[in-house]
Amino acid sequence: MMKAKIADRIATSVLYLIALFIVAILVGLLGYILASGVPHISWSFITSSPQTFTKGGGIGPQLFNSFYLLVLTMIISIPIALGAGIYMAEYAKKNWLTDLLRTAIEVLSSLPSIVVGLFGFLFFVLSMGWGFSILSGALALSVFNLPLMVRVVEDSLRGISPAQREAGLALGVSRWETIKSVMLPAALPGIITGIILASGRVFGEAAALIYTAGMSSPNLDFTNWNPFDVTSPLNPFRPAETLAVHIWKINGEGIMPDAAAVSSGASAVLILFILVFNFSARFIGKWIHRRMTMH
Amino acid sequence: MVVSMLARKEQAVIPAAPLSVNKSPEQEPKAQKIVLETKHLYVYYGEKPAIKNVSLAFPEHQVTALIGPSGCGKSTYLRSLNRMNDEVAGCRIEGDILYKGEHLNRPGVDVFEVRKHIGMVFQRPNPFAKSIFENVAFGPKHHGVKKALLEEIVEESLKKAALWDEVKDRLHTSALALSGGQQQRLCIARALAMNPEVLLLDEPASALDPVSTGKIEELIVELKKEYTVAIVTHNMQQAARISDITTFFYMGELIEAGETSQMFTNPKKKQTEDYLSGNFG
Repeated sequence: MMKAKIADRIATSVLYLIALFIVAILVGLLGYILASGVPHISWSFITSSPQTFTKGGGIGPQLFNSFYLLVLTMIISIPIALGAGIYMAEYAKKNWLTDLLRTAIEVLSSLPSIVVGLFGFLFFVLSMGWGFSILSGALALSVFNLPLMVRVVEDSLRGISPAQREAGLALGVSRWETIKSVMLPAALPGIITGIILASGRVFGEAAALIYTAGMSSPNLDFTNWNPFDVTSPLNPFRPAETLAVHIWKINGEGIMPDAAAVSSGASAVLILFILVFNFSARFIGKWIHRRMTMH
Repeated sequence: MVVSMLARKEQAVIPAAPLSVNKSPEQEPKAQKIVLETKHLYVYYGEKPAIKNVSLAFPEHQVTALIGPSGCGKSTYLRSLNRMNDEVAGCRIEGDILYKGEHLNRPGVDVFEVRKHIGMVFQRPNPFAKSIFENVAFGPKHHGVKKALLEEIVEESLKKAALWDEVKDRLHTSALALSGGQQQRLCIARALAMNPEVLLLDEPASALDPVSTGKIEELIVELKKEYTVAIVTHNMQQAARISDITTFFYMGELIEAGETSQMFTNPKKKQTEDYLSGNFG
């Protein structure tokens, strides 16, 4: 009797310590990055252009590029992921084709992002001739993002009770209509949470972009919103260095005198945004769920 | 085995038992109209037959109870009547299902159309994560009923389901905030909104507390005035209280069917008697 109690107490403390250790790693990492980076963050740092040789440069265009790429990536990958996820959860029968599809998605999700980037370089940049551009970058990021998104949609739909589907079908409503007006709305909190979490991953991705969206940003005219103009920030055919790529670059070849400070500041900004994504994912998911279940 | 409900009806001497409270022999029409009927129905899951050669008729405006031990196939049988078993992978149905003389178990039959006429309510309340109003309006809305008519249909359906008074002030709040019993009556209202001819109830009260169960039972007795009802139930007392006809299923076969009062007092088959007296199941 006593033995079992002692063993239980030891096991509990060991598991407790492991959990504490993981939290400590996260807190230490975040604390270090934020402590060294936050003092460099200012409004002008966030909005102004980087300097190559002098100090005082900012990360404005990089921050914009990160968001623009994120939005384009999501515009490309959400519809495809919805289609694939709905198919996998609602229509796919148990056969070799479904197995093949599932294996393909799993392999795709385990590809290292640098390999996805290299593929993007060979296919989008060279073969398609789009050069280092936002479009090439967004497509590469979509390849990187799709497997996760398909899983998010599929899992969210599978999480809804089959009784909901039955209820729709028993009313003589077609399968597609039932999915569209019963299953998808019910799965929405899960899907949105998943999309926001995936956004955090896309926002911080660097390796897939180095060879696709490029490591430079042209002089942007933030008053020019014509997407076909060369200096327009919206032009999808211009190169676009993102925040994560910028951090990678200045740590390797930054020659501005305040390179270390810019890198720490940029890292802190990146981390802060990813934290915002993570917390808002929880909050928004819960909020939508409450909106739907209460009045 | 073919059980002809019609033949049985004519000979039936109905005792003035409290079990069949809702009708007296004088009101009983001689030949009742059969709304739904199966002939030699077999349902297979893979190779194994779950339902074997069931022939049964459902007379209009009567409550027919399907009873039997767990796994006897009564739910499977019920779910094949509106072709809900089509949704189960590997399920195959052989034999005839006749709805007002029309064959339902034929290729080319529009199952969605079938389900408009034959509504279904499930064991666990399954309201949509939408407002009360949206739940009831869901069926008609998806079948192209004009918006202006929806309010009327919703009110009427909720009244028929004896839920209107409880929810009329909060029609646009979430259905998930209702109690289990209210949710189940909402599901009944949702089925009624399609104005079906037949209602299939798959153990509709088994997940509910006794008070809610009582309300559902009262409701079912009320509903048979307008609808033909088939109900699967685990609860023999429930079958005795609310049904006009009781059918006993065992191991995928229909063992016996007859007037509820006769079945409970004087079953013809030994298996039925054993089950009803609690000797097995």
